[in-house]
Amino acid sequence: MNPPIVRGFKPYGKEQGADNLEAITLNFEEYEALKLCDYDMYNHSQASAIMNVSRPTFTRIYASARIKISKAFVEGRQIEIEGGKVYFDSEWFRCSSCGCNFNNPHMQEKVTSCALCGSKEVSSYPSNNEETATEDTCYCPTCGFEKRHQHGNRCNKELCPTCNKPMKRRGRQ
Amino acid sequence: MKIAITSKGNTLESELDPRFGHCAFFTIYDKTSGGFEVIPNPYKGSEEQAGTLAVKFLKDKGVEKIVSGDFGLKVKPLLDSLLIQMIVIKKPNITISQIIALINH
Repeated sequence: MNPPIVRGFKPYGKEQGADNLEAITLNFEEYEALKLCDYDMYNHSQASAIMNVSRPTFTRIYASARIKISKAFVEGRQIEIEGGKVYFDSEWFRCSSCGCNFNNPHMQEKVTSCALCGSKEVSSYPSNNEETATEDTCYCPTCGFEKRHQHGNRCNKELCPTCNKPMKRRGRQ
Repeated sequence: MKIAITSKGNTLESELDPRFGHCAFFTIYDKTSGGFEVIPNPYKGSEEQAGTLAVKFLKDKGVEKIVSGDFGLKVKPLLDSLLIQMIVIKKPNITISQIIALINH
């Protein structure tokens, strides 16, 4: 997924008596579900395949996104988009100097400056939530090769591309 | 290092094209020599696979970074595996010369 271009939304023109209520946190996966379904016009099963979750799970995420957004609308609350268990297509960074987003294809090198303007004002995209990086990976016990777990595929049926041995799911035996 | 920028026209004053696969022109800027070439996108009109074909086209040109407004779902994993860096700029009216100025900072 692409990170959203804003971090949240604010209501304006409040009626008198409206309190300053706590903001509602919309998770990245809920944002993505809403985007795929209502902006990109995919149906639930296509969108669930893109997000690598099962179709019922997708519908749950989508329903939760709509409940949260309607709550924010009706109660006049802010929406913050952050957190959740998501996997970005690759690690994305944001430069606050020129406002661009960029990824880092060379994972072993650390990103210290913006790929475009070279400024040091970069932050990694889900910056404040450690849960965001998914731990759902498969690995090869022999050579240590890692790949993202494909939902619905059994890891031990897949072969490591380098040494042709069966893969294992991380964190499970 | 070669950097491809998707552009709407064939001059340096043209704007960044927000689409990747169906953009009008690719401006390929060579950071080491400072030269650039503008190539019309051969896959502009194709209905399918424009993004993936454009990636192959740019890979053959030796491009290491691509600047565009957005990248499609098929293009991203492909660029990831080819170790080509994606730079997304969400400013609608930025011109190619402004981007080149940013690259040279």
